Amino acid sequence: MARKTTTATKTLVTALAWGLGFLIFFPILWTILMSFHSEGDAIKSPFEMLLSPWSFESYAEVQTRSNYALHFFNSVVISVGSTLLALVIAVPAAWSMAFVPGKKTKDLLMWMLSTKMMPAVGVLIPMYLGFKNMGLLDSLTGLVAVMTLINLPIVVWMLYTYFKEIPGEILEAARMEGASLRSEILYVLTPMAVPGIASTMLLNVILAWNESFWTLQLTTHDAAPLTQFIASYSSPEGLFYAKLSAASTMAIAPILILGWFSQKQLVRGLTFGAVK
Amino acid sequence: MATQHSRIAARFMVAPSVGLLFVWMIVPLVTTIYFSFLIYNQLYPDRQGWAGFDNYYYFLTDRNFLQAVWNSVVLVVGVLAITVIGGILFALLLNMPFWGQGVVRVMVIAPFFVMPTVSALVWKNMFMNPVNGMFAHIAKGLGLEPYDFLGHAPMASIIGIVSWEWLPFATLILLTALQSLDSEQQEAAEMDGASWLSRFIYLTLPHLTRAITVVILIQTIFLLSIYAEIAVTTNGGPGTASTTITYQVALKSLYDNDVGGASAGGIVAVILANIVAVFVMRMIGKNLEA
Repeated sequence: MARKTTTATKTLVTALAWGLGFLIFFPILWTILMSFHSEGDAIKSPFEMLLSPWSFESYAEVQTRSNYALHFFNSVVISVGSTLLALVIAVPAAWSMAFVPGKKTKDLLMWMLSTKMMPAVGVLIPMYLGFKNMGLLDSLTGLVAVMTLINLPIVVWMLYTYFKEIPGEILEAARMEGASLRSEILYVLTPMAVPGIASTMLLNVILAWNESFWTLQLTTHDAAPLTQFIASYSSPEGLFYAKLSAASTMAIAPILILGWFSQKQLVRGLTFGAVK
Repeated sequence: MATQHSRIAARFMVAPSVGLLFVWMIVPLVTTIYFSFLIYNQLYPDRQGWAGFDNYYYFLTDRNFLQAVWNSVVLVVGVLAITVIGGILFALLLNMPFWGQGVVRVMVIAPFFVMPTVSALVWKNMFMNPVNGMFAHIAKGLGLEPYDFLGHAPMASIIGIVSWEWLPFATLILLTALQSLDSEQQEAAEMDGASWLSRFIYLTLPHLTRAITVVILIQTIFLLSIYAEIAVTTNGGPGTASTTITYQVALKSLYDNDVGGASAGGIVAVILANIVAVFVMRMIGKNLEA
């Protein structure tokens, strides 16, 4: 920034930016604060609630009411499993599209993305009935498979844009030196592509963690991830704000922390390399 | 310089992705089309046979159909408008020098990580609830009558919630784009006496076109299939006031057990989404080529 700004402007911008940032973050902050108060205090006016004593009872309550560990485990298996599987399928495809592009490569990429445009409800029934017939309803295997396919186009796209940035001359040089296709991929390409692959993984874990259509439709209990766990707190029954807050905090905390640590890479990956 | 050898290898490496996606798209789609021509309701297993176009006829002439289409359009366009315009304003603000950029960034991106069911539940209960919600408390504090957001303005409320989820995404992408703006060009324009507004319209906005395109593309993909936010907050109601096409098809299959009718609805949804997709893809294709 070459332009000079006065301290007054900077103070004003700081106040505005912090104010707006705080407003956006507020619903999450409020949920976390509420989770540390008793049910009775949670429905009091905001000030009274803040001043009331802290309590961990809603966390204890959520623990006895539902099996957080099970749903957490399911969320991890589904999001990480589907991401790894998608990577295994997508890395070779993205590699060949980036380094051996054909006439149809652009069309192929566009077609892949267009499959994401198809509304899930359009294929819900055959998927549901098919899963039922194959005994895959409420199973981790089934959900990992669905999530892999749902995110595959995005994984291919992101990897493609990252691979595109690796200079092809390096690969040619390796080839000149007599490197085989396999060692070219393993020893030359992979090390250079690690940052791209990492941020692709991250984004996909987040997307799969938060996916709330198929996870709600295809699971009931055994394979239910945290999205389903939280949905079970949606029907009001007496006082439930503090319980709901505690459950919400538990559902979003893992991914919120992961996301905060990796936000720089995320934003870069989210743009499909189209924005620099 | 690809060799013949690597060309063949390349084809083999693309094949699994393309094949899987093709099967994933075609098999359920063909099955849905087949079901849509059947009389197939799980509650009445003895009624069977071909329905012809009856399922389509009933779905399209349902008095809720046009409203559902309208609600879908309102939802997508509303959220896109709010997030793109809000995102540009936010990004412009955050691109100015100020203290604590890292902290503000962390606060702004947070909603993007929250799962839709959680954000819908939090907004519905802790904020919009007309008795115990934060807004009701504030209204009472100011001596006003609390407003039942989801009861009286369901679509606007849902648009608000979804916009909150997507505003961080739009803001951060646009901010990334702004940071690569040529500041010398800006200064030159400023010295030549260009006003802030004309600098914005003739320099900043054209620079942002690509980023805006990306925001619209990615958000449209996710907005077309919004489901959890509606299911958790209003269940499509009151009545059918906030039922979208996506939600109506889900209702038909999950609650009416009407496989034939829901399939027809699903195909209609696919056709409508494809119209949108062609439109958006055209626009993206043009902007991303450059």
